[in-house]
Amino acid sequence: MAILIDSDTKVICQGITGAQGSFHCERAIAYGTRLVAGVTPGKGGGKHLYLPVFDRVDQAVEATGAEASVIYVPPARAADAMLEAITAKIPLVVCITEGIPVLDMVRVRRALEGSQTRLIGPNTPGVITPDGCKIGIMPGLIHRRGCIGIVSRSGTLTYEVVTQTSAAGLGQSTVVGIGGDPVHGMGYIDCLELFLADAETKGIVLVGEIGGTEEEQAAEFLASAGSDKPVVGYIAGITAPAGRRMGHAGAIIAGGTGAAEEKLEAFRRAGVHIPPSPAAIASTMAKALAN
Amino acid sequence: MNIHEYQAKQLLAKYDVLLARGGVAFTPEEAEKVAAELGGTGWAVKAQILAGDRGRAGGVKLVRSTADVRETAAAMLGTTLTTPQTGADGERVTRVYVEEACDIARELYLGMAVDRITSRVTLMSSTEGGTDIEEVAAARPETVRKLAIDPDEGLSRAQARAVAAAVGLEGAQADAAERIMIGMYAAFVDYDASLVEVNPMVVTRAGDVVALDAKISIDDNALFRHKEIEDLRDAEEQGKLERARHGFNYLKLPGNIGCMVNGAALAMATMDIIKLCGGEPANFLDVPPVASREEIAAAFRLVLSDADVKVVLVNVIGGGITRCDAVAEGMGAAYQALGRKVPLVVRFEGTNRDLGKKTLRDMGVVFTPADSLQEAAEKAVAAA
Repeated sequence: MAILIDSDTKVICQGITGAQGSFHCERAIAYGTRLVAGVTPGKGGGKHLYLPVFDRVDQAVEATGAEASVIYVPPARAADAMLEAITAKIPLVVCITEGIPVLDMVRVRRALEGSQTRLIGPNTPGVITPDGCKIGIMPGLIHRRGCIGIVSRSGTLTYEVVTQTSAAGLGQSTVVGIGGDPVHGMGYIDCLELFLADAETKGIVLVGEIGGTEEEQAAEFLASAGSDKPVVGYIAGITAPAGRRMGHAGAIIAGGTGAAEEKLEAFRRAGVHIPPSPAAIASTMAKALAN
Repeated sequence: MNIHEYQAKQLLAKYDVLLARGGVAFTPEEAEKVAAELGGTGWAVKAQILAGDRGRAGGVKLVRSTADVRETAAAMLGTTLTTPQTGADGERVTRVYVEEACDIARELYLGMAVDRITSRVTLMSSTEGGTDIEEVAAARPETVRKLAIDPDEGLSRAQARAVAAAVGLEGAQADAAERIMIGMYAAFVDYDASLVEVNPMVVTRAGDVVALDAKISIDDNALFRHKEIEDLRDAEEQGKLERARHGFNYLKLPGNIGCMVNGAALAMATMDIIKLCGGEPANFLDVPPVASREEIAAAFRLVLSDADVKVVLVNVIGGGITRCDAVAEGMGAAYQALGRKVPLVVRFEGTNRDLGKKTLRDMGVVFTPADSLQEAAEKAVAAA
């Protein structure tokens, strides 16, 4: 089953003719992703990577029945690309682009309200259902199809957790990178809901880091969801020194400081399993599944 | 990017926000001159640092003569202020702002930032202005009102007026507060701010409403469309920027295990496990995916330039456009050129993991390979 995407998912790429788009689309195709078309304004009618290229997203959707779009468009134009995909009613949009202005994302989030689109990212490695569909820049070879759902807001730390769960023989059902930006699409809770409802997912790893309060909110959600599925929660940055900050608004608005200890305490209260070290994430999960 | 109080006030002045009169000074003589030009009988001398809570660290002084303005400025300039917001290193004072003193009757709080949870710019207001606002907000959250602003609608006068009423302002005072709030939001949107804070907004004994302190931070991701803001960056910020431009997020730490890791969260996790294994990291270093071979070599040299470093732990998981063999080439080039050889523990995973290790060996780099994060940390700690 997995969540969000599988081997049937038809994917288009916005920005396919760019260097980033070309590079990662080639790898996605090699992995087995059903990439069906590309979109680059002004290059419609041509072909790229043997795929038809369209000027607009709605044209690509109409011609191919695509259900997902991956965006490799530079930061200054990425918000417009997302807005176009939302207008075209694509069910899933994955924006890989890093460095998008926050207020652009505020506009995108506004457009998502009441829309038919789920957004993953931006500033994410993407989403992968191993041996089925890879949408993003993660290295395919470290993944093994299995029973662990992973949701994370980091990049390479996600790969670490994937490597561990593969080595432990657990594998992954789906791995979702929700992205590292303050304003983004799907959050931990959206992914947890899907993983809790997914029969293939036997356990969930939530990878967090210091800053913000999304992990605390996820813990509250888990406490109220009352599921038997074990959840392992890891927070990076337990030993990080406090940095410079500006003004009080950030701390007041969040209602928390984003410190690791606050997040771990929220995890404990919610019955989330906390690994003793970042190297023990998969072993902590294996133990929790055995009980 | 953070800008100074006086720069923030220059921006807000464009939006009709009511401010106390003042001027910036880089020397004690300039400070005295500013005070003389402002006139009056009392002045505030305010250290300009790119962090808040100055008052608690002696960064704001009230004085009664222009000679005292000069002496106070002389005492402040060149010192380093450490406040709860600066981090342990503090911030050096390179300039002061001299402002006409203000007879304060009430201190109110206004702040705007993007709420990550609602994804909206949110206006926070409170009757409890001043540096204690965080403690007050934590202890009595009901004293801070939050208004999420719809990006399609903006902040309306009616909304601003309701906020003014909620903090107890009426009539002309409410008009002034409304102008401040509308101006703050316009500046927030026009300049892609991540923070606009007026703390305190004061009511003077004469009944005027004034933005007494102002803080603005600009979203770094949006600087490409605000060149005029980037030009405000001062020399010390510039130094930090140069390091950032070189592609590294590097932070010196007290330990002796040098770290070179790709990705900030993985770098933090690597520091965490070093500590758990009984070691101490010498630095935080996040090598970004776009780093060229030359930049990777420079990053490696940067880690080794720290004389405290007894062993270097390299933890790289290839993915995206990062290939372990390309990282290995950069490391190899730096290694060959270096006089100092320290033990090297290398953990490669992901894209071209094995080719990376082969590349290092082919380039004559002596290293201890590690197959997992745990093994890498244990081997590094043992060698330190």
